[in-house]
Amino acid sequence: MLLAFFKWCEASAMGKTISGSVYLFPVVEAVHLLALAVIGGAVLIVDMRLVGLGMRQQPISQVAKDAEPWLIGSLAVMLITGFMLMTSEAMRCYYNGAFWLKMWSLLFATIFTFTVRRRVAFADAVKPMWTKVVGVISVLLWSGVGVGGRGIGFY
Amino acid sequence: MSLLSFFQWLESTQLSVNFHESVWMYPIVESVHVLALCLFLGITVFWDLRLVGVAFGGVPATEIDKRMFPWVKLGFAIMVLSGFGLVLNTPVRYYTNIFFRIKFVMLALAGLNAWVFESGVYKKVKKWDREKLTPSQARMAGAVSLVLWAGIVIAGRMIAYNWFDKR
Repeated sequence: MLLAFFKWCEASAMGKTISGSVYLFPVVEAVHLLALAVIGGAVLIVDMRLVGLGMRQQPISQVAKDAEPWLIGSLAVMLITGFMLMTSEAMRCYYNGAFWLKMWSLLFATIFTFTVRRRVAFADAVKPMWTKVVGVISVLLWSGVGVGGRGIGFY
Repeated sequence: MSLLSFFQWLESTQLSVNFHESVWMYPIVESVHVLALCLFLGITVFWDLRLVGVAFGGVPATEIDKRMFPWVKLGFAIMVLSGFGLVLNTPVRYYTNIFFRIKFVMLALAGLNAWVFESGVYKKVKKWDREKLTPSQARMAGAVSLVLWAGIVIAGRMIAYNWFDKR
């Protein structure tokens, strides 16, 4: 089923337009990178606070609330531009181990962020040991997305 | 010594040759450079957004500065070191690449912008530390920084392409 979907992406008008252009891939990739800076900051600032670093004078819930719209916005841009990039080389991605490392990390990171991490960060009454564990897991999951993503080009 | 001869000299060093001949050095250093972007620029972006007045409005500016700037410095050090590593891979190619030059002009401008901010409106930060709406010079500094760093990222990514390289 996945194979059929990737074949469809490869054959899609968007995929063909991007792969057929000299400039489109670099431009979409650059937007993907700009959103990376924003999502990187939005994730790290909250994870640092969860671990006990960074803005320690502020309640965790306030830091998490301030960062959330930026996290959601930049994630949306990442998903849209990432999907565009994928369609332009869908079959290459399908057979790329780094791509799948990225996709699985992304799935778990996103679920974890909007369930466990969100509840812990917004609660303000969680034992420091647990906020630390949540912060570390979050950094590791999102790092998997980043390392996998960079790896697609080298794999 | 001209800039070109500096890059030619760099290319002739054993360090550069070793770097270039290694299979793993470039991918590793490149990955470090891209991922450290999250640390350095990720935090810098939110500092700028605070100055512009659209993020972390409830947190005093000096508090963000005090708590986050050590991490920005660490991120910047990683960016500079890994960036130097990338140049070391093919020094003359970087020197001749137009996007590399554009990136460095914008880096200098970003530094100048930060200096103007630090030596100007930030000296009077006590007056607006807790204000969500910062003074216009601070908002301007934040906006200029965001634009320049976006340009630096885009130019940095485009170094990979040789669209305008002389052959």
